[in-house]
Amino acid sequence: MTGWLQPHRVVMIALALALVLWSAFSLRWDWLAEYAPLMAEGIWNTIWILVVTSVLGMLLAIPLGLAQAAGPWYLAAPARAFCTVIRGTPLLLQLWLLYYGLGSLFPQFPWIRQSDLWPILRQAWPYAVLALTLSFAGYEGEVMRGAFKGVPRGQLEAAKAMGMPRLTILRRIWLPQAVQRALPTLGGETVLQLKATPLVATITVMDIYAVSSRVRQDTFIVYEPLLLLAVVYMCITGLIVLAFRWLERRVPQRVA
Amino acid sequence: MNGLITASGLGPALDLLALSPPGWGGNLLRGLVNSIQIALGAFGLGLLIGLLSAYGKLYGGPVIRDLLAVYTTIVRAVPELILILILYYAVTDALNQLLVASGFARIQISGVMAGIAVLGVVQGAYATEVLRGAILAVPAGQIEAARAFGMPPVMLARRITLPAMLAFALPGLANLWLIATKDTALLAVVGFGELTLETRQAAGATKAYFTFFVAAGLLYLLISLVSGRVFAWLERRARRGEPGAGGGGR
Repeated sequence: MTGWLQPHRVVMIALALALVLWSAFSLRWDWLAEYAPLMAEGIWNTIWILVVTSVLGMLLAIPLGLAQAAGPWYLAAPARAFCTVIRGTPLLLQLWLLYYGLGSLFPQFPWIRQSDLWPILRQAWPYAVLALTLSFAGYEGEVMRGAFKGVPRGQLEAAKAMGMPRLTILRRIWLPQAVQRALPTLGGETVLQLKATPLVATITVMDIYAVSSRVRQDTFIVYEPLLLLAVVYMCITGLIVLAFRWLERRVPQRVA
Repeated sequence: MNGLITASGLGPALDLLALSPPGWGGNLLRGLVNSIQIALGAFGLGLLIGLLSAYGKLYGGPVIRDLLAVYTTIVRAVPELILILILYYAVTDALNQLLVASGFARIQISGVMAGIAVLGVVQGAYATEVLRGAILAVPAGQIEAARAFGMPPVMLARRITLPAMLAFALPGLANLWLIATKDTALLAVVGFGELTLETRQAAGATKAYFTFFVAAGLLYLLISLVSGRVFAWLERRARRGEPGAGGGGR
């Protein structure tokens, strides 16, 4: 850490502090008190959508990666096609396809409208969760394919030689080592997933981005909500980075 | 052939996608051209910014290095959609204030220009890291040898560093290009008529959501498949002198 606090850094930090103080005192923040509960709800929505879609997407990505890395061709080919399609088209398009497409298809079937699921299917968030989950699965399926392939063959052969059943090999040897390899990449991908969440605002889900748009529309204040929004996302990004650093440190690493 | 199309139930869909006005194919293609235009411009601008920033990060003074670190960190931590909104409003506003202050009339920045500028700044941050890594991968001896022969810095970059780093940079740049094509879809949110917005308008007008979104998806997929081929060819070309990498002498 020696030499970190060089003179020019002190000046830059002072400038940054001055900028923060200036924006705190000369910009308009009077709307903050009124919208605080809504913003808290928005942040909560963003975070749960991020967590749920990342976890579900990861659960889908593991079989997708496994199918591509070691599966027979009739499993590998569809998995590869799925990953290519997801990675080759914009998420916004996928989101709108599911929301407007499925959303306009479902009401045509009376049995769907009469089912108990209809009150849920009528809302926007199931489509947001579905689209973000599929997108995360598509990108991570590719990451996991590389990770599964990167596990040394000797490890798997040794496990087989010990007479381990195939599922146990996957659970005890193959998957843990693959995840360990992919962990740094997965951290970056989770940040990307966070940066994808504001798109759900375009289909009326009330995340933190949608809240700030509403503040903009209600009060005609342009910059302040956007600045606050950027700060919120930077904080969440910092939390994700810290969480993954903690996870990575829990996994014992041999440093050569 | 016609009988086949009718039998498969694709007839109405193809009618909707016809190029002339009753169909919406023309609008989709116009959106596609806009998207490609913006993606190309943003990718080019991003490369320029990225190249300058990469050199700044590697050879610049301490202040420049720290400022560039702030730039790349912030741009990569904040969602593109929000950067687009901030830059879109802020840049238009600042430019207009500047123009009014210096006695000119206000101007309306065209959507294409704003899109290229905004996505270019975003791409620049990612390109900085890709190019910095690629420049670092060039063997130091080659650059030192060029310096020892007295090559001026610009010629050194043009003749030695840039060609030698291209092979290392191309996989990352290919990824960036695909991100650029897909990020153009975000401009739909600020109301710019690129492929995704044109698609939604067509779908909304005709209620044929699946037809249009799937058609647009195929267009995007076509872009990414074609550019995958192009980048693979470019990389083979950039690596043609390397031993053991196909076509190279040994």
